[in-house]
Amino acid sequence: MLDVSAATVAFTAPGGPVVRAVDGVSFQVPAGTFVVVIGTNGSGKSTLLGSIAGTVRLDSGRIAVAGHDVTRWSEQRRARFLGRVFQDPRAGTASSLTVLENLAVAARRGRPAGLAWATTRRLREEAAGRLAAIQPGLETRLDQPIGSMSGGQRQVVSLVMATWHRPEVLLLDEHTAALDPAAADRVVKATARLVRDQGLTALMVTHSLEQAAALGDRLLLVHRGRIALDVEGGSEAPPLGRGSRRPLRPPPPRRPARRRRRPHPPRPLRLTPA
Amino acid sequence: MITLLSTWTFGAALALVALGVFVSYRLFRFPDVTTDGSFTLGAVCATVLLVRGHDPAVATAGGMAAGAVAGIGTGLLHAVFGIEPLLSGILMTTTLASVNLVVLGRSNVPLAGRATLLERGEAAFLPLARAAGFGEAAGEAAQLAFMLVLVATAAAILFAFFRTNLGTAMRAGGDTATMARALGRDTGMLTVAGLAISNALTALSGALYGQLQGFADVQMGIGMVVWGMASVFLGAALVGQTRLGGALAAAVAGSITFRLLVATALRAGLHPDWLKASTALVVFAALVVPRLLTRRPQGSAAR
Repeated sequence: MLDVSAATVAFTAPGGPVVRAVDGVSFQVPAGTFVVVIGTNGSGKSTLLGSIAGTVRLDSGRIAVAGHDVTRWSEQRRARFLGRVFQDPRAGTASSLTVLENLAVAARRGRPAGLAWATTRRLREEAAGRLAAIQPGLETRLDQPIGSMSGGQRQVVSLVMATWHRPEVLLLDEHTAALDPAAADRVVKATARLVRDQGLTALMVTHSLEQAAALGDRLLLVHRGRIALDVEGGSEAPPLGRGSRRPLRPPPPRRPARRRRRPHPPRPLRLTPA
Repeated sequence: MITLLSTWTFGAALALVALGVFVSYRLFRFPDVTTDGSFTLGAVCATVLLVRGHDPAVATAGGMAAGAVAGIGTGLLHAVFGIEPLLSGILMTTTLASVNLVVLGRSNVPLAGRATLLERGEAAFLPLARAAGFGEAAGEAAQLAFMLVLVATAAAILFAFFRTNLGTAMRAGGDTATMARALGRDTGMLTVAGLAISNALTALSGALYGQLQGFADVQMGIGMVVWGMASVFLGAALVGQTRLGGALAAAVAGSITFRLLVATALRAGLHPDWLKASTALVVFAALVVPRLLTRRPQGSAAR
């Protein structure tokens, strides 16, 4: 369960005005919900995710995870509750370490590191089992430096690392954006499977409406630092905003544009605040 | 024969600097110029303790501990105060220049015949060296054997440590800080611990080097960080990209080979004034030649 209330992050550009990247945002994510956050570049969605992860400090407001007020907690302390997958596969895995060593670090998330051997036989067996279940073939590469693997494979390992111990909230920061379509598809499937199997609560930032529809139970549209739209998908879910009764589906295929006789002026986009 | 063995013994003592630089620069990507100051600090503290009549083992350990404290200081400057790695090291090594002078009392202090750890080691390995047929050079051979055992032990402890959960987390933090933090590790404190280990090794090297040459000098650490890097790069160029164990062995091999190269160059007529310049040249060659051979993309050589 994630509870964000009146979260505000402001930046002051040198000599410029104060910009509220996140402007009094409040929302709750009940356990077991997959929330997708979308928005244009500069909308504040990444800052919002960063403020939950602990990489960006709130100027005001409160963030609670699993009933703990983590607002003033450091990034590494919050890791006790949070599993994270980054956009860049190189940011979420240590290139010079083997796949198994990366998993060994993940296996100590939320626990003291200690002086026991990192890569035990037990860990190896469990790692092989988990990787084989999510992407068969990866389990044969446990002893290879993870830097020698493709971005897609690294992201799958990253997902396994983030969920090695069931996180209270899984944070996915555009985690397929750096991948080619085929690899992105594999990572989305792996994500869906891990989330389903572990019944995870997840928050994903993405640009892809297709992924939002495939994975999300609920959609937050962030615009100029605020939640402009909060749509809950699924026929059983109660509607939250206007026109949200229908479940989220991928947009229909685009028809070839017809020639209009009279061009009319563009209508301003009207968004209903949540 | 004696000169050659002695050269190798000095090279083996400096291999500990290479191991220290390997930890700071290779594992943590921290160009730590504290090395110059902590090498001298190790020698200075060990010498002062020896001159005051302490046991050689205690004196050497004291020098090593002082190095660890210097490393912690540099690490805290970076992790707590956010000062850049290079500047943190410069601040600490500048401070150490004064500390070393104050501790030693003057710029140069001889051991004046005090028993050293090297002599103790020599006595232990002498029967073995005699049995191996070293004859007149048995003393030097025993010293070299002792030093090699010390370096091998240090490398083995490092190898074991960096395969524990804490050591693996430290390597992960040095490699990709974002990943380590996301998995709950305080990368700042991991860096502090890494620099403590690195500078403890460097100071141990200084303590042993001082005992080998029979005196401590406040200038003896100048250029040590470049020496360490030269050894690490030379070792990597000789052995190639390997895992942790191979890389540690390569650093040791690089140091001993480098010392031998220097000794050969001096014997071949190189003026000692050009020693530091040739060290820099070796670093340059060790960085560039493997890249030219494998045609790796630009900018990848320093890692």
